[in-house]
Amino acid sequence: MYRIGIDVGGTNTDAVIMQGDKILIGVKSPTTADVMSGVVESLKKVLLETGIDNADITAVMIGTTHFTNAVVERRSLSNTAAVRLCLPAAQCLPPMVDWPEDIKEAVGGHYWMADGGNEFDGREISPLNEDQLHKIANEIGTLGIDSVALCSVFSPVNDEMEKAAAEIMRKRLPNASFTLSSEIGRLGILERENAAIMNASLRKLSAHTVGAIGEALKSINLNCPYYITQNDGTLMSAKFVQEYPVLTFASGPTNSMRGASFLTGEKNAIVIDVGGTSTDVGALVNGFPRPASTSVDVGGVRTNFRMPDVYSIALGGGSIVQGDDPIAVGPRSVGFRIHEQGLLFGGDTLTATDVAVGLGIANIGDPEPAKKLGQDKLLTIKALIDEMIVNASERMRVSADEIPILAVGGGSILIPDRVGGLTVIKPEHFSVANAVGAAIGQISGEVDRIFSLASITREEALETARKEATGKAIAAGARPESIELLDQEDVPLAYLPGNATRIRLKVVGDLDG
Amino acid sequence: MDKLREILDSDLDAVAIGAAILGTGGGGNPYIGMLRCRQELRKGRKINIIPIDELPDDALVVSLGGIGAPVVGIEKIEQGEECLRAMRALEADLDCKIDALISSEIGGSNAMEPMLTAAQAGLPVVDGDGMGRAFPEMQMCTWSIYGHVSAPSAMADEKGNIVIIKSIRNEVWVETLARANVVAMGAAAGIAMAPMRGSYVKKFAVQSTVTQALSLGTAVLDAQRKNNDPIAAVLAHEGGQLLMTGKIVDLERHLKGGFAVGHINVAGFGDFEDDAGRIDIQNEFLVFRRNGKVEVCVPDLIVVLDVDTGLPITTEVLRYGQRIAVLALPCDDLLRTPEALAVVGPAAFGYLDITFTPMPKNETEYDG
Repeated sequence: MYRIGIDVGGTNTDAVIMQGDKILIGVKSPTTADVMSGVVESLKKVLLETGIDNADITAVMIGTTHFTNAVVERRSLSNTAAVRLCLPAAQCLPPMVDWPEDIKEAVGGHYWMADGGNEFDGREISPLNEDQLHKIANEIGTLGIDSVALCSVFSPVNDEMEKAAAEIMRKRLPNASFTLSSEIGRLGILERENAAIMNASLRKLSAHTVGAIGEALKSINLNCPYYITQNDGTLMSAKFVQEYPVLTFASGPTNSMRGASFLTGEKNAIVIDVGGTSTDVGALVNGFPRPASTSVDVGGVRTNFRMPDVYSIALGGGSIVQGDDPIAVGPRSVGFRIHEQGLLFGGDTLTATDVAVGLGIANIGDPEPAKKLGQDKLLTIKALIDEMIVNASERMRVSADEIPILAVGGGSILIPDRVGGLTVIKPEHFSVANAVGAAIGQISGEVDRIFSLASITREEALETARKEATGKAIAAGARPESIELLDQEDVPLAYLPGNATRIRLKVVGDLDG
Repeated sequence: MDKLREILDSDLDAVAIGAAILGTGGGGNPYIGMLRCRQELRKGRKINIIPIDELPDDALVVSLGGIGAPVVGIEKIEQGEECLRAMRALEADLDCKIDALISSEIGGSNAMEPMLTAAQAGLPVVDGDGMGRAFPEMQMCTWSIYGHVSAPSAMADEKGNIVIIKSIRNEVWVETLARANVVAMGAAAGIAMAPMRGSYVKKFAVQSTVTQALSLGTAVLDAQRKNNDPIAAVLAHEGGQLLMTGKIVDLERHLKGGFAVGHINVAGFGDFEDDAGRIDIQNEFLVFRRNGKVEVCVPDLIVVLDVDTGLPITTEVLRYGQRIAVLALPCDDLLRTPEALAVVGPAAFGYLDITFTPMPKNETEYDG
């Protein structure tokens, strides 16, 4: 049985077919403006070239930057109602207060603040006010808004107010979708609320996109289940991604890191993914991307939900080399037009790839035009490129341990054999590592609830939660022996009787088949 | 240089950066305070600054700020007028009119609180503060060190509750009582401390620190804009000393009695290639050692900046592999006397074996 992994990037749409741990084929095709036709093209290509019967494909996994791009480009965002439960606290900084004007406009900029919210110790700041929420729901309905983001103070510790408010408002807004901030983010109300509002504003696009993917697959007779990858390396069902589109943010770097790990067998490493325009550097810890510890900026909006820690620099295979003293590499790039504009392909622009080719590091195109610059100049430029790569990878190193560097992506020929004293591994299929990462996306099982530690120990509670999550993962299609713990967090809720603690736990396993 | 008279919307980013630099790793993040100030200014209100030497001797000056737990501060944002209500409660209790406000701590988030209240009340903020940096506790203010009694002090929460601390046995008790009270208030409140006379503030406040925060932040932002070295800009501005450029190669941090305690080790690069640095942390950066030998310690300022951007790195976002510049800036003379060192010197933080040796000051560089 076979699986297809697809990664839709800004420049290329990559596709691979995998059979078990074997990669049968990997292809790159240009990303199209409508995304879907590019996906269909690459699917046709891999199926045609391998001759595999469509009926033997068990699953299609898709990694996409579609939703991130919608936010960055401020398009296809729906009018959204932001409702914060907080009064009398937190009124000095209303929702979306630190958003750039253009994105605030793109989501409508509508917000309400209402009674509610909890203290750090669980007490209520003020009780929920049903009349007030009815009134707000009516106003939202009058404005014709059908996507609501609810955020209550300290909801990561106690989400009851958000749930109750959604129930109350749903009566007046039966067709609206509700995003609860507690399901997305952590402590830090502005950042969590931002993520919830973005999620709410993306739900219509998400429903549309998921539908379009389903139809595209059907149009070429692929009737297997399909999944979208999320940023912790696990898969989301079509239904789930409709509800939580923001969880796809940064799934691209996650896929390339997980793909690099899979292709090399390395679990702890620095991953450098060199594309046409930029380079993403991340860190693998036990096979998973290390999460960012501070707030992450998406399209100018601060968020704090779980994202891989990625450091990006404007260096890619198509980076334009300019100037003499000082020489500059990037930030401008010819991108995918390297095939017309790069010296090595008969163009007139000196690119980073030309330098590598001129020095004989890579063997593509015509090295002669670059060689005319002279060995000394090429070496000077290469030293600059190396320095950019070393500095970026140094930033991501988590310890003094001798971990390898995994070089992936189409532009990874730029990476020297050693970076900052660390050995570089360039795996086979390096240029489609992200599609491989999507193809190996895992099934997860999650538990998030409150346990009383009156009669059991914390360890017993964690064990119970883990068993429950494992059961869910198996039910969703994970192979039992492959299941491992991905994430575990317990927050003691000292104010509840019976020594309560909130346990959030996630296990992952490989997709069976 | 003209004296600073007003903080404008366009100054706020710089003030926040400068305040975070002076926070020496602690003091809380000024980001939320910066946003709140921006909101006040956009309502048409003003943040007026009064140079300390123009303060009338009989003016009543109140130091105020936020008190609570940093994690609560980012989740339960204030209603917005906590400090104002605390100040009004003091006025009512003492039957007086407050003339000006001052920050107790310019380093970090409390640089902004008096500006907010000032905008709301139409009062000026004095160009100065009680630390010239950040310290973890209230009795570490210069005015407390030199004999001001911080009673009565008033605390207000977002719900309308107000508590007045009427009388205290000594300055440590304000901290103790306020801490206990703020937990009941939901771990976030505004506190306004007993008024001081203008003549006292002139003598015992650290002077011109609002100007200093603004111009420090401006120096960093200007250098970034012009692609100049921001570290050099900070040094040129402050007459401080570049202790080291290097990479964090070890990091240890844990919570002890409510404080973040630990250390970082730094392997030098650039001009400091052969040096091994170590910085001890207790909320703030307290002691810098080079190759095992103490070079700079509290109350002088140890500042850690991102070597490329010049932006300050606070203790909670320190990470292995960060490329940093470690700077030392001289503290104010008010913090170097025996009385002050008893409260804010190395011994007060448990370093009984370290004697404070003041770092040299370059008086010509900084025209306060």
